[in-house]
Amino acid sequence: MPRPPSPSIPEKEFLFNALKQSLRLDGRQALEMRTPTLTFGPDLGWVECSLGKTRYVCNLICIHEIHLIVYLRVIAQVDGKMVKPPPERPLEGLITIHSEISPMASTEYEPGRPSDEEVTMTRMLDKVIRRSDAVDKESLCIQAGQRVWHLRLTIHCLADAGNLLDCACLAGIVAFKHFRRPEVEVVGDEVTIHHPSERAPVPLSMHHTPFCLTFAYFPDTSTPPVLDPTHLEQRLSAGLLSVALNAQRELCVVQKAGGVPLDPDEILRVVDVAVIKAKELDKIVEERLKEDFAGRNIEVQ
Amino acid sequence: MSELVLPGEQIHAQHVNLKLGPGLLQLSNVGQDGFIISTRAGELKHSANNSKWWIESNSRRYIPASQESVVGVVIARSGENWRVDIGSAHAANLDGLAFEGATKRNRPNLKVGSVLYARVSLAHKDMEPELECFDAQTRKAEGFGELKGGFLVRCSLKMSRLLLDPTHFLLPLLGSRFPLEAATGLNGRVWVNAKDTRHIIAISRCIEAVDPDGGGLDESGVKKLLGTMDI
Repeated sequence: MPRPPSPSIPEKEFLFNALKQSLRLDGRQALEMRTPTLTFGPDLGWVECSLGKTRYVCNLICIHEIHLIVYLRVIAQVDGKMVKPPPERPLEGLITIHSEISPMASTEYEPGRPSDEEVTMTRMLDKVIRRSDAVDKESLCIQAGQRVWHLRLTIHCLADAGNLLDCACLAGIVAFKHFRRPEVEVVGDEVTIHHPSERAPVPLSMHHTPFCLTFAYFPDTSTPPVLDPTHLEQRLSAGLLSVALNAQRELCVVQKAGGVPLDPDEILRVVDVAVIKAKELDKIVEERLKEDFAGRNIEVQ
Repeated sequence: MSELVLPGEQIHAQHVNLKLGPGLLQLSNVGQDGFIISTRAGELKHSANNSKWWIESNSRRYIPASQESVVGVVIARSGENWRVDIGSAHAANLDGLAFEGATKRNRPNLKVGSVLYARVSLAHKDMEPELECFDAQTRKAEGFGELKGGFLVRCSLKMSRLLLDPTHFLLPLLGSRFPLEAATGLNGRVWVNAKDTRHIIAISRCIEAVDPDGGGLDESGVKKLLGTMDI
């Protein structure tokens, strides 16, 4: 199937017109994001995240706009659980991220050949989750140079309604926070892995929680940027600026795609907005994790 | 009276003047006459006198069927014809002369990206679908043709059928609040227009909210939703 055509002329004209009047199609403000919904699965480290319109009257309904399942688990089960670290980094555990946008998400994506969006998403996920040192890799070391944990994060994208990247980053980071690894005891050269039914699994040690926020810029420079663009907004934007930072105001990644020129002042303004949103996100995530762990029995009876 | 069927089930539909709609297929190579199977999962429905049978289900991807009205987007020009995206697996062909009053010299001026209201004139499983923008008998436009301005709302196929139902509450309810124009395609695309940008946004949000595939709101829910909007 060929790539879908770009949005039609009426759609384009209407969207630009509406944005000029600071109106968005889903009734949001320009710098307002869709409220994320986090659902945890039966296993630890299994998170489903959707950025939906929970803004309808009474919170009875929510349209699941973006739907992602993140499945985070320790690789293999019996002995492959632990791997030998590469010789150049004998003290650090390994983290690999697998993300694939399948045609299930949208007819735009083809199987096999990675699209531009997918390449951008993979690289951004790598930067936000792995290279920002969110997870303490040294704590994943069991025996220096001999055995380390290998964590594998798999991201499945179920539906694309715009801004996949932010949703994927959020789902990924929450999956790491939700995950618990089995406890390990080292006596001399002897390594014992305790089954979750023997000893309670331990959470990963996290340095910080970065969140990714994307702003879309439009060809007409008098149009204000919008946060968390929908699919149509993303397609019609002239440039995207993604900012990854944590609630402690520490900036991790700034990435800009597209050819729109931006003022340094504009970027600082956007970062200030992102800080507020990151704090809100942090609150939501902590609350949801607390709720989930309250209803979950991890301790050993 | 409706019955749920799965693809491949045999359908016992009999009538002297039998007409099969979407989701039903008559097999010719079986030997016996009138061996009909379903090709879709959904509700089996028939007209009051048992002459027309079809399957109704909700989906997002459109399968063209002859004589259905659709809203499409022009994606390319190939010689005399236009290629139109109607949301099906293959782009449809639209003859440059299939418009009211079109001649070799006087052709409609369509651009890539224009939105059209058209009717599927040919839908064969082994061929690309074909469209026309007039009534083939009278050669009059009958409302078909290019749609200018406005906005294109995408919804599930079930929602587009609901919008075409004259007894459905949504369009009359919106029409009582402000004047609007709408062209509903059976391919899950609805073109809407109103004077004010806010009104168009309101229509688009209401359609998404009522869509059984999304919010699934009922009449009182939509009234509440409209109350929260600044219109």
